[in-house]
Amino acid sequence: MRLLRIVPDDTNFDFMRFRRISFPISALMSIVALVAFLTLGLNFGIDFKGGTLLEVRYPNNTLNIADVRSKLESLELGEVQIQEIGTDGEVLIRVAQQPGGESAQQAVVGKVRAALGDGVEYRRVEVVGPRVSQELLSYGIVGLMLAVFAILIYLWFRFEWQFALGASIANFHDIVLTIGFMAIFQIDFDLTSVAALLTILGYSLNDTIVIYDRIREMLRRYKKMPTDELLNASINSTLSRSVITHVTVTLALLALVLFGGRAIHSFSVTMMFGVVLVGTYTSIFIASPLLIYLGVTTRTLAEKAETKETNAKAERVTP
Amino acid sequence: MLHFSKWKALAIVAFSAIICLMVVPSLLSQTAYERLPSFLQRKIVLGLDLQGGSYIVLQVDAAEVRKVRLEQLRDDARRVLRDAKVGYTGLNIQGDQVQVRIRDGQDADAAYTQLRTLAQPIGGAMSATGQLDTDVTRNGNLITLSPTATGVQARTIQAVSQSIEIIRKRIDQLGTTEPSIQRQGADRIQVQVPGLQDPSRLKALLGQTAKLTFRLVDTTMSAQQALQGRPPAGTEVLYSQSEPPVPYLIEQRVLVAGEDLTDAQPSFDPTTREPVVTFRFNTNGARRFAEATQANVGRPFAIVLDNKVISAPVIREPILGGSGQISGSFTVQEANDLAILLRAGALPVPLQVVEERTVGPGLGADSIRAGLVASIVGAAAVALFMIATYGLFGIIAVLAVAVNVGLIFGVLAMLGATLTLPGIAGVVLTVGIAVDSNVLIYERIREEARAGRSAISAIDAGFSRALATILDSNITTFIAAAVLFYIGSGPVRGFAITFGIGIITTVFTAFTLTRLMVAMWVRWRRPQHVPI
Repeated sequence: MRLLRIVPDDTNFDFMRFRRISFPISALMSIVALVAFLTLGLNFGIDFKGGTLLEVRYPNNTLNIADVRSKLESLELGEVQIQEIGTDGEVLIRVAQQPGGESAQQAVVGKVRAALGDGVEYRRVEVVGPRVSQELLSYGIVGLMLAVFAILIYLWFRFEWQFALGASIANFHDIVLTIGFMAIFQIDFDLTSVAALLTILGYSLNDTIVIYDRIREMLRRYKKMPTDELLNASINSTLSRSVITHVTVTLALLALVLFGGRAIHSFSVTMMFGVVLVGTYTSIFIASPLLIYLGVTTRTLAEKAETKETNAKAERVTP
Repeated sequence: MLHFSKWKALAIVAFSAIICLMVVPSLLSQTAYERLPSFLQRKIVLGLDLQGGSYIVLQVDAAEVRKVRLEQLRDDARRVLRDAKVGYTGLNIQGDQVQVRIRDGQDADAAYTQLRTLAQPIGGAMSATGQLDTDVTRNGNLITLSPTATGVQARTIQAVSQSIEIIRKRIDQLGTTEPSIQRQGADRIQVQVPGLQDPSRLKALLGQTAKLTFRLVDTTMSAQQALQGRPPAGTEVLYSQSEPPVPYLIEQRVLVAGEDLTDAQPSFDPTTREPVVTFRFNTNGARRFAEATQANVGRPFAIVLDNKVISAPVIREPILGGSGQISGSFTVQEANDLAILLRAGALPVPLQVVEERTVGPGLGADSIRAGLVASIVGAAAVALFMIATYGLFGIIAVLAVAVNVGLIFGVLAMLGATLTLPGIAGVVLTVGIAVDSNVLIYERIREEARAGRSAISAIDAGFSRALATILDSNITTFIAAAVLFYIGSGPVRGFAITFGIGIITTVFTAFTLTRLMVAMWVRWRRPQHVPI
């Protein structure tokens, strides 16, 4: 049986030369992402904004959106979003946070239920009060920063500081682009989105580290090779793995996007963008070339590695 | 790298098999599950998003705790001063403190000493900290009592514990299956009731303090007059529950309170046929109620629930039997709920609902179906791709990943963890990462073979080099999962659990099972070249 071979053996692409294109592209995309974030803003879900969300189903084609709208508007609940989802008579109703503290939020559900009457199925009801939404938001932000920081520390221990910094810049870039993506397409930003961002972070790092690992190994082995060439060789030798892994992850994510259901749809779509589009690109075109700018040269690192080894030997010799 | 002793190989296979088998109890029917020995009674619980139900978070408000404590201090101060026969004026709550002015300067010292006894050590008399829950200060004839911040904090924590007990009693009366009531943080209570579709009755039951008091109605002036002028000392105006609310002038002094009830049941009034709640007092309550009714025949008294007057009947004759009934034009359900509330007792402070999530059973079933379909399609696609790329080694990879998924569910069952929809997403993503570990190994083997090594040497070197990388990359991903678990609540935590477990099992299978399978193949075929 002939096996599938996506990447030919012994590729020799000059990835380092791409940095003259990839760095400006990334800078531009990051600016677009930031502008989108600042102008359009994120479509915060009730987790972070507070308010009420109801997923209601009208059985047997009894859904009349205009009727639902007029019934809800008569309640005077402020900003109400009504959105038909699917083809099965389902509507998503979002009511903005009410003035008047926690109990005011609770009253909304009762009012909406009374207005819509019997004969509808309440598939999902969520009410998040102002206090909880504030906390969830700050937890989310703190969590993201904590994760980046923890990973930075770990990488600093395992690699040289240049690698830790390079990986962090690359990952920051991933998160910025993903947040920009979510702002442009106004994807619901809720607790699961924070989970998605952290997973993207994990995946992208995973990828970066596989390449960094190889770079470190090559640095030890080929002490005289020019840095550009060494980085290129490292990326090329791990290229087949990068591509195959991304095909499998894409397949798994595609299954989630297509069949995973609405409840995790925004999660899957965000992951798809972050992991498949951004993550791979970042490790190859950003994280690795960055090392050159951070002062990783074959000579400095090789010397450092050597002194480390001799130190270790010396320690072992002294009784 | 490719050598396994027989025992080691056996141990790896046995260990993996046992963990995978731990998932079996989760698949059994309820009756079969209950027949298992207790150490096997561990299973995966479906999250509320999959099986449907209500999730409610209640909060004990520190401001309310302070308010309740201030009222208690004021009442205690009144009692203490009265017992000590000290004349005072202007005993009331001013902001965050209780103030009282002693009439006669000569009594002030004695009053101060007496009032200081109201401050109690935090954490009970046995506590070692020696901190008091109330500051008592004296400035001339003016004495102020103010609850300390740590005192309020301790009372909040205590209020949460008491509330959990009472909530449990109330919910148990609803007859729902397996409700879970847990403390969340310092001042919150998380209630999960599987299968509950409309939590409005539950919220109504949890949202009421249910503080019941029997008090006399003041008849020296009408409620209207009291509203226009000033109500007499020791009285307050309260409204009825009915529409429109009717004001009553009620004495602050409590004849008997809800704590003295031993039982409350819904029933029907024999003459009017309307739903009522009948109750019994304990001995102490019965005696106090008998005395009070004897002394006040002909006067109206009020039954007050959470500062609302339910009814205000006139005492026609002394009530000596220690039982009675509350009628307040209830519906049958209202009478039923009031009886539940009275039996369970009053909450120490009012609770606020700060978060609520309810999923209907229809959506839950849809989510399970979607998760299942996505998992099967995803797994099948990945398996096909791996076999197309690596042939026999692809089959080994697929086997390893399958065992990996089995291990994840086995560990979830052992932990009795909750599986949510994001949790299923975590499993699907783990499949991606698990496959990656195989890809890393195989690609490395190919590279080593291309560099001119013999097949066996290439496989050996491929494993040892790739495993170092796998460890490094998975530890970083695990850090992200751990942070998710730590900060996350609800859905995020469900994802973090399966993702985190998945990373561990991935590293385990890469280091043991994949290596073992490849080693066995090498011993069997003695390959001359690498088949990938």
